[in-house]
Amino acid sequence: MQGRFVSIWFHHLTTDWFSIRQPHLSQLPFVLKASSHGQMVITAANTLAEREGIGRGMVLADAKAIVPDLQVLDDIPDLPEKLLTRLALWCIRFSPFVAIDPPEGLFLDVSGCTHLWGGDLAYLADIEKKLNLRGYEVRVAIADTLGVAWGMARYGKQPLAVPPGDHFEAMLPLPPEALRLEPETVERLNKLGLRQISQFIRMPRTTLRRRFGPHCIMRMDMALGQEIEILAPVVPPEPYQDRLPCLEPIITAIGIEIALRQLLETLCIRLQQEQKGLRAAIFKCYRVDGKIESITIGTHRPSFSVAHLFKLFEIKLSTIEPALGIELFVLEAPQVEEYLPEQKKMWEAGGGLEDIQLSELVDRLTGKLGNEAIHRFIPEEHHWPERSYSPTATLHEEPTTAWPLDKPRPLHLLPKPERIEVTTPIPDYPPMLFRHKGKLHMILKADGPERIEQEWWLQQGQHRDYYRVEDEDGNRYWLFRLGHYDDKVFKWFLHGYFA
Amino acid sequence: MAAGLSIMQEAYQSNIITALKSDILRMEGLRPATSPIDLGLGPICEFFPNGSFPLGAVHEFMSPVPEDNASTCGFISGILSSLMGDNGTALWISSSRRIFPPALRAFGVQPDRIVFVDINKEKDVMWVMDEALKCGALTAVVGEMREISFTESRRLQLAVEQSQVTGFIIRHNARVNTTACVSRWRITPLPSELSDDLPGVGFPQWRVELLRMRNGRSGAWDLKWINGRFVPGNNSSRSAALSNTLNYEGQHEKKKAG
Repeated sequence: MQGRFVSIWFHHLTTDWFSIRQPHLSQLPFVLKASSHGQMVITAANTLAEREGIGRGMVLADAKAIVPDLQVLDDIPDLPEKLLTRLALWCIRFSPFVAIDPPEGLFLDVSGCTHLWGGDLAYLADIEKKLNLRGYEVRVAIADTLGVAWGMARYGKQPLAVPPGDHFEAMLPLPPEALRLEPETVERLNKLGLRQISQFIRMPRTTLRRRFGPHCIMRMDMALGQEIEILAPVVPPEPYQDRLPCLEPIITAIGIEIALRQLLETLCIRLQQEQKGLRAAIFKCYRVDGKIESITIGTHRPSFSVAHLFKLFEIKLSTIEPALGIELFVLEAPQVEEYLPEQKKMWEAGGGLEDIQLSELVDRLTGKLGNEAIHRFIPEEHHWPERSYSPTATLHEEPTTAWPLDKPRPLHLLPKPERIEVTTPIPDYPPMLFRHKGKLHMILKADGPERIEQEWWLQQGQHRDYYRVEDEDGNRYWLFRLGHYDDKVFKWFLHGYFA
Repeated sequence: MAAGLSIMQEAYQSNIITALKSDILRMEGLRPATSPIDLGLGPICEFFPNGSFPLGAVHEFMSPVPEDNASTCGFISGILSSLMGDNGTALWISSSRRIFPPALRAFGVQPDRIVFVDINKEKDVMWVMDEALKCGALTAVVGEMREISFTESRRLQLAVEQSQVTGFIIRHNARVNTTACVSRWRITPLPSELSDDLPGVGFPQWRVELLRMRNGRSGAWDLKWINGRFVPGNNSSRSAALSNTLNYEGQHEKKKAG
């Protein structure tokens, strides 16, 4: 499939951000400054300041000479990257694949997205409108290649939507800068009077390479779509996350509890509003010394109950080692499920396995004892006793077959059959006597045999002939002989106790 | 005229006594069941306070040997089947579980309605038991353990008084100590009986000994489990033989110790 790419150019990224935060600034010319080589240099100027002829790289004193009442603010280092990352995450609504393009752009891979908005133009208009509403001035272009979209966003003429397949023609009237070349290359091209891409794009590649270097060829190929450009998409953070920074490092258990409760409350309110419940949560404590302490909980049903979740965390809270103190608490809910109020009502009133109280109890037990402690069993269609039932992880899985009632089964089954010594009168008859752990049992009554064959497709081995026997005291046992009587290599085992 | 009055007076007094008795039971944390469930225990019911099996209480079962253990579990499962009905759930806590879930079906319990908690450390059993008995969503909790101290049993008793869950403790050791449990039982297997001298093993039959029953009486019976319900055994009038429970308990202790 033909790729389609959008480039968004924020031409006043940082100044727009300052204007959003301090609305009065948008009416005034203002610049951002930073110190460089011992003098104050302008790092960004807003539209009004630019109109007065003030631009990036100008020394602050010069600018003040032009506009005496110029507003000056301190620039924040690596602000553009932070802003772009935040905007990129926001832009995931337009396309799942968004990458940042520092210092002032974003790339979106929009292959197969635009028709949802009713075409390229409507799509671009929507992006532009939404970003304008947020307070950012943008130019948005779409093309078949990243290079052309980038160039169009910065240097192209309206409309900025390049139809599929037209990227070569669209590129021709653009200046060399639109190819994302290095400034020296651009300067050299300009010196030679090459002020449009059309003037040199058809020159022999060897000539271009010799005169302007391999980088120039690479950029041209990228724009033409002959070289593949790899983007690193921004990864969205956990959508359900809450943070609590602390003024002073927290050391006490009570402090940690308060932080946890506060985080749970905000997260649970949000979950409740969105009709969701969490199935797993991580509570992370960022320590002053850089280590991260974390505890994890899981629930059997989606939940947004602060009290319940707090109880689950409480069991593990003592494992957190605050050392010198914790400066940041983060609560994440990596697993969130739909949880409708009707569902809640049903579970509350249901009783039995559906009851929410039961799942909350099981959550607490799991939290303390681990997952392997809780078992619920459903029947399996196997005759082999050990395989006739299987554990299920959930509380609500329904058995797919009925529990069998036709054959006598002991209420107590030994996890491993125990060897016994027996005396049998004739082949295939129940034993007369058996000795288990040194005690001799005289068998008065017996039922059997019930032959249970190995399921050869699961396991190889000999069949078992089971007998239900009762001794002189009335104790009832389940015995079996492994293998044929004729084979002379059979063994007898005790496998269970009947009630 | 005077005789009629005295009869009326007597009736009035016996009414007062009944009312006072039930008041005392309530004060001791034993609520009269709102809708008594018939567990099918037949003659044993007379020995219970208010004539019904105490729910929302903890019952203790002594079963030191594996054979008794299976019978004890069978008897408890029989009670659970009536308690749980179609929608109840129970928790079965053990540090050495031997219950074979499919076999519970024969005692009227849906095995998939029981949540088994298998614990590595014996000391966690008490914590789980305590937590579980506080959970009103459960019908019953069965806990298998070796030891229970008076304080621990008192805590469990307080928990069930709140939640009205019925607790069953199966003790794997023979040491008898004072507990706050409402009753103490001992179930041992008896030879099964088949009519007409048919060969083979018959329906399960147990000797059911009620060693201690708070606000009730102790006794002993033979009981069978036939087709999903308790049936009094042939020797069901044995209660008279056990006139002195404490005496019996002491003898039993000596036997075990010896």
